[in-house]
Amino acid sequence: MSDNSLRLVWIYPDLLSTYGDQGNALVVERRARQRGLDVARVDVRSDQPVPTSGDIYLIGGGEDRPQRLAAERLRRDGGLNRAVSNGAIVFSVCAGYQILGHEFINDLGEKEPGLGLLDVVSTRGEAARCVGDVLADIDAPLRLPPLTGFENHQGVTHLGPTARPLARVRFGNGNGTGDGTEGAYNDTVFGTYMHGPVLARNPLIADLLLKLALDVNALPPADDRWYEALREERIAAATQPA
Amino acid sequence: MAGNSEPLSPRAKLAVTAGRAAAAASRAVGRGSGSVIGGKVSLKLDPDLLGRLAAHLDVVLVSATNGKTTTTRLIAEALRAGGPVVSNALGANMPAGITSALAGGSDARFGVIEVDEKYLAGVAKDVTPKAIALLNLSRDQLDRAAETRMLAEKWREGLAGNKAMVIANCDDPLIAWAASSSPNVIWVAAGQAWKDDAWSCPSCGGVLQRPADDWFCGECGFRRPMPSWALSGDHVVDPHGSAWPIHLRLPGRANKANAATSAAVAAHFGVPPQVALERMYEVRAVAGRYDVVTFHERELRLLLAKNPAGWLETFSLIDRPPAPVVLSVNARGADGTDTSWLWDVDYTQLAGHPIFVLGDRKLDLAVRLEVAALDFRVCDNLDEAVRAAPPGRIEVIANYTAFQDLRRRVGN
Ligand SMILES: [Zn+2]
Repeated sequence: MSDNSLRLVWIYPDLLSTYGDQGNALVVERRARQRGLDVARVDVRSDQPVPTSGDIYLIGGGEDRPQRLAAERLRRDGGLNRAVSNGAIVFSVCAGYQILGHEFINDLGEKEPGLGLLDVVSTRGEAARCVGDVLADIDAPLRLPPLTGFENHQGVTHLGPTARPLARVRFGNGNGTGDGTEGAYNDTVFGTYMHGPVLARNPLIADLLLKLALDVNALPPADDRWYEALREERIAAATQPA
Repeated sequence: MAGNSEPLSPRAKLAVTAGRAAAAASRAVGRGSGSVIGGKVSLKLDPDLLGRLAAHLDVVLVSATNGKTTTTRLIAEALRAGGPVVSNALGANMPAGITSALAGGSDARFGVIEVDEKYLAGVAKDVTPKAIALLNLSRDQLDRAAETRMLAEKWREGLAGNKAMVIANCDDPLIAWAASSSPNVIWVAAGQAWKDDAWSCPSCGGVLQRPADDWFCGECGFRRPMPSWALSGDHVVDPHGSAWPIHLRLPGRANKANAATSAAVAAHFGVPPQVALERMYEVRAVAGRYDVVTFHERELRLLLAKNPAGWLETFSLIDRPPAPVVLSVNARGADGTDTSWLWDVDYTQLAGHPIFVLGDRKLDLAVRLEVAALDFRVCDNLDEAVRAAPPGRIEVIANYTAFQDLRRRVGN
């Protein structure tokens, strides 16, 4: 791994890769390479230590038992928390998003402590599972076009006072609290319920992670033709549910 | 349900007749084969009908995420060496479809039944099978299906105490977990290329170690059972160590694995491997899968791949580059509406093939292929793709409803 390569760490694909979560890693990697960056991608299995020197960490979705196992192992390891205190960027989805918060409900129906990297608390929803296309407006300071994603979860996530909502839904459920929020972020730590995978439908979020990691304001343009076509189609699908 | 030759009760007979009449009426108005509606009418009149119909048969159940329709056909062909067979050969694999298929086979000795994964435990209780073949379990239709491990757990509970001989793939840890609650198991080393649903020990949650073809849990000791049958290249190795050549018209490693399991099942009913394997050669295409058709004066091979494990096996059997490849993906109800599984498929294996993309979700596929740094062309329909394809047989790979659309288009 050369010193000036971007270090991309994918956390626990053996436990948290149920919904094509590798896609987010592939999109970040591809868009970095298209900008001429070297990328060193490390996939960390749950019996391996989490490296603390990564630039961007990705953590995906999973079912209830693997989610508990992942939380236990990440707490014991401590590497992800150390990486964040060193300024690393974290992007999390669904079960991974819940793990980054203060607590969530595990497969045994008990409160499971999270990593406390996001000021959120998750519970299990009483209502039907949220499944379908989502359209949401991303929090204005992030200056990004609308969020399009596919949600497939039963969790409900409440934001604490220091977390900002990643977006506000126009169509769909998002955090499932009924207040219209979707996802959350604190500084360099992001969480969302969106699959798709979400970065394949929102490549400018992938670019935002790259800009934060590189500490730059802009990146050279990329060919976004197919992403744009897909976004247009899925945004239309969200606004006209079947 | 105990007796072997107990005749059907008048109520059961009436149920069968009513089911046939409903099926015929359904066919007459052009609603498909009518087997499911017929079965539903029958089951309503006599809820125990399934068990009663099966009581006259030596029943084999077949379940898996992938390959169950093909394996059902292979086992049915092999067992015909021993007597008449009734089977749900067209893949109507829920209780109504199974009832309807069994109702059509009063003279049969064997019932070879494909069962949807979610219904296996229930059907295994209802029909008192002599054998149950379990091939593989992996992620499929994520927005609807239960978690894969939960399915294995449900099988495990359902099979505990079942007297059937379970013929199971020891190379799939989830299958090994599901089957090992059964007192009678014949293990088959049938292979499993897809590994991403079983890195976590199904017993204790530890990380599985997977050196070469072996697997074991370092924490609780759960490990790959010793097989008595094995797929070895183009041969099936039986428990005596004899290797029998596989000659199939169906392509691919996965179908050789299906043949190996089928040979083990056939042997359990006294059909020797050589006889069983010879009979399997008769199977050409299964519900249109693997069929080679002519369309716009070109040869097309139709391949069904419904989930990441299925796509992986399919990539391993297609003609080498520069054979053109058409990919079609839908996300309708029967496919599952979450397309994120596309990102679990390693499309870089298609490098060097000219690729044509269609289906309802062609734009999801386009982004997927762009990120994999592949060249591709997005087409509006099959006709456009076939006209644009360079010479050579065209491999057409599609998921469930996209496959049905393609079959209809080529008139197959
Ligand atoms: Zn274990």
